[in-house]
Amino acid sequence: MKGRSLYLDGVTVVFDGFRALNNLSLVVEPGELRAIIGPNGAGKTTMMDVITGKTRPTSGTVRFGDMDLTRLDEPTIANLGIGRKFQKPTVFDDLTVFENIELALKAPRGPIACIKWHLTGEAADRIGQVMTEVGLVERAHDPAGILSHGQRQWLEIGMLLAQDPELLLVDEPVAGMTDAETEHTAAMLVGIAGKRSVVVVEHDLEFVRALGRRVTVLHEGSVLSEGSIDHVQNDPRVIEVYLGR
Amino acid sequence: MSIALTAPPPSRMRLGIRTGLIIAVLLLAALPILNLLPRDSAFHVSDFIVSVTGKWICYAVLALSLDLAWGYAGILSLGHGAFFALGGYAMGMHLMRLIGPRGAYGHPVLPDFMVFLGYTELPWFWHGFQSFPYAMLMVMLVPGALALVVGFLAFRSRITGVYLSILTQAMTYALMLAFFRNDMGFGGNNGFTDFKELLGMPLGTPSARAVLFYASLVLLVGSMLLCAALTRTKYGRVLTAIRDAESRARFLGYDTTRHKLFAFVLSAMLAGLAGALYVPQVGIINPGEFSPGNSIEAVIWVAVGGRGTLVGALLGAFSVNALKTWLTSAAPDLWLFALGGLFVAVTLFLPRGLIGLFDRVKKGRGA
Ligand SMILES: Nc1ncnc2c1ncn2[C@@H]1O[C@H](COP(=O)(O)OP(=O)(O)O)[C@@H](O)[C@H]1O
Ligand SMILES: [Mg+2]
Repeated sequence: MKGRSLYLDGVTVVFDGFRALNNLSLVVEPGELRAIIGPNGAGKTTMMDVITGKTRPTSGTVRFGDMDLTRLDEPTIANLGIGRKFQKPTVFDDLTVFENIELALKAPRGPIACIKWHLTGEAADRIGQVMTEVGLVERAHDPAGILSHGQRQWLEIGMLLAQDPELLLVDEPVAGMTDAETEHTAAMLVGIAGKRSVVVVEHDLEFVRALGRRVTVLHEGSVLSEGSIDHVQNDPRVIEVYLGR
Repeated sequence: MSIALTAPPPSRMRLGIRTGLIIAVLLLAALPILNLLPRDSAFHVSDFIVSVTGKWICYAVLALSLDLAWGYAGILSLGHGAFFALGGYAMGMHLMRLIGPRGAYGHPVLPDFMVFLGYTELPWFWHGFQSFPYAMLMVMLVPGALALVVGFLAFRSRITGVYLSILTQAMTYALMLAFFRNDMGFGGNNGFTDFKELLGMPLGTPSARAVLFYASLVLLVGSMLLCAALTRTKYGRVLTAIRDAESRARFLGYDTTRHKLFAFVLSAMLAGLAGALYVPQVGIINPGEFSPGNSIEAVIWVAVGGRGTLVGALLGAFSVNALKTWLTSAAPDLWLFALGGLFVAVTLFLPRGLIGLFDRVKKGRGA
């Protein structure tokens, strides 16, 4: 299948008169890795909510390839191949690491299909592979509820990988991670991009620099600046509202 | 990597529970046999014990069905008694049709209450109920259909938590008021009673009691096996996921409305079957069966036993009802206080119910 691009045009989201997104336009090409930065409240999470069907835009266009995402619900959008990692890691606490990844694994999602599902060697291998990638093999049969914060972040990234999405939306993945973990995460996201498109929201400029790709700066719900990290870091408007503070 | 590829072996706890369940079922199965012993035998079990235990078994199935909806899918239904009662009414309609001309008015087709209310012909929805297979189908389809409609509207509108509970409570309350009305065609506040026979077997006899008891036990074991098998599949884990983080499950691509609906409908059908076996054992069904308090009591059984464990639901249904049977004869005025106190105590001190206590004792011993 040929990769699809993500296309936002003139997207506005109004909450009780407050414009969380204001005429936001953004294109992410297939296979691209895009970093999005911006101060707290800039609308980064809201942008992800709009793409994944959680929030309906007040106006504007959101398309993935030729699909109009504003008309679809969350599970349908997820099954189109858009995976999401939340700012606050959300995993299923009562299920083990293995089971969390098993649920994320690409497979038919209906009740009957889930009843009939049995773990094939291939699926088990894939789960093992994902757990290795995110360093949780030793915790395979521990409930996710007892993992540390960093491990939960990893588990959620692992679930995203298991979903095998075409587009990954990753919201502040390195919050609460050590420097080494942060570096590993950056390397992993760079490795993932190419095969898939990745949109990473992050506060941490060092992390964004480590990604070394195109950066979009959001401010008050619209794009303030876009380009290389050096370009946006030297953009006077960016310095004024974000970096200079 | 082999650690990742193999499922963990069943824990000793689980094996212990399985053994306990098998012993409990065998003990229950022995009751009607012990009932046949001479009255002066030390092992004789009274008719009262057999019939009351038969009722509890039906309650246990209701508790199990509620645990599937609440303990696994997170749907705290405060209206599960309605599904139980609808199953009971469907069975009651069959039993009423079987009375035939033996009613007090001797009408060849119409049940007594219809003759009394001046009906000249059978309402359309009473047709077919003379057939046992048809009635059994309705026992499951009617509660299932109600759960489908209510569940679809509620889950699709993303009504969850306390709002969903209130909605289900309102559902059973509305049904109670409707069934109280004479013009509904379900016998008004008297409901159905004076049943004569079922499957050619006269009711109220010791052998009928034993047959109904065993039928209930078979239903209980069957429901337990079904629920246990179901909750051990990936579907069971999807339900747990929905219970704990529904929105996350949606973003993983699970249509949570469909998954919850599936569990809710299945649960309602099980509750309906339980009600259907309950009615011929107690010999009556009336709108009181829809009373909101019944549904709340069922929730308390599950909470006391420990939700999300299936076994806990059984344990809770039997222990709370045993307490109720004892207390309502020893100190009838105290029962509602005891029930309320029990619920508060369990919520505060035993959030995982009696099963959790058992678990804790085991851990304390270093098992
Ligand atoms: N559901 C909501 N209702 C009202 N206001 C919201 C809602 N979601 C987000 N907001 C507001 O929209 C703004 C953007 O929030 P968000 O997208 O979370 O920012 P970021 O992720 O960039 O920190 C914030 O001011 C926030 O308070
Ligand atoms: Mg945010």
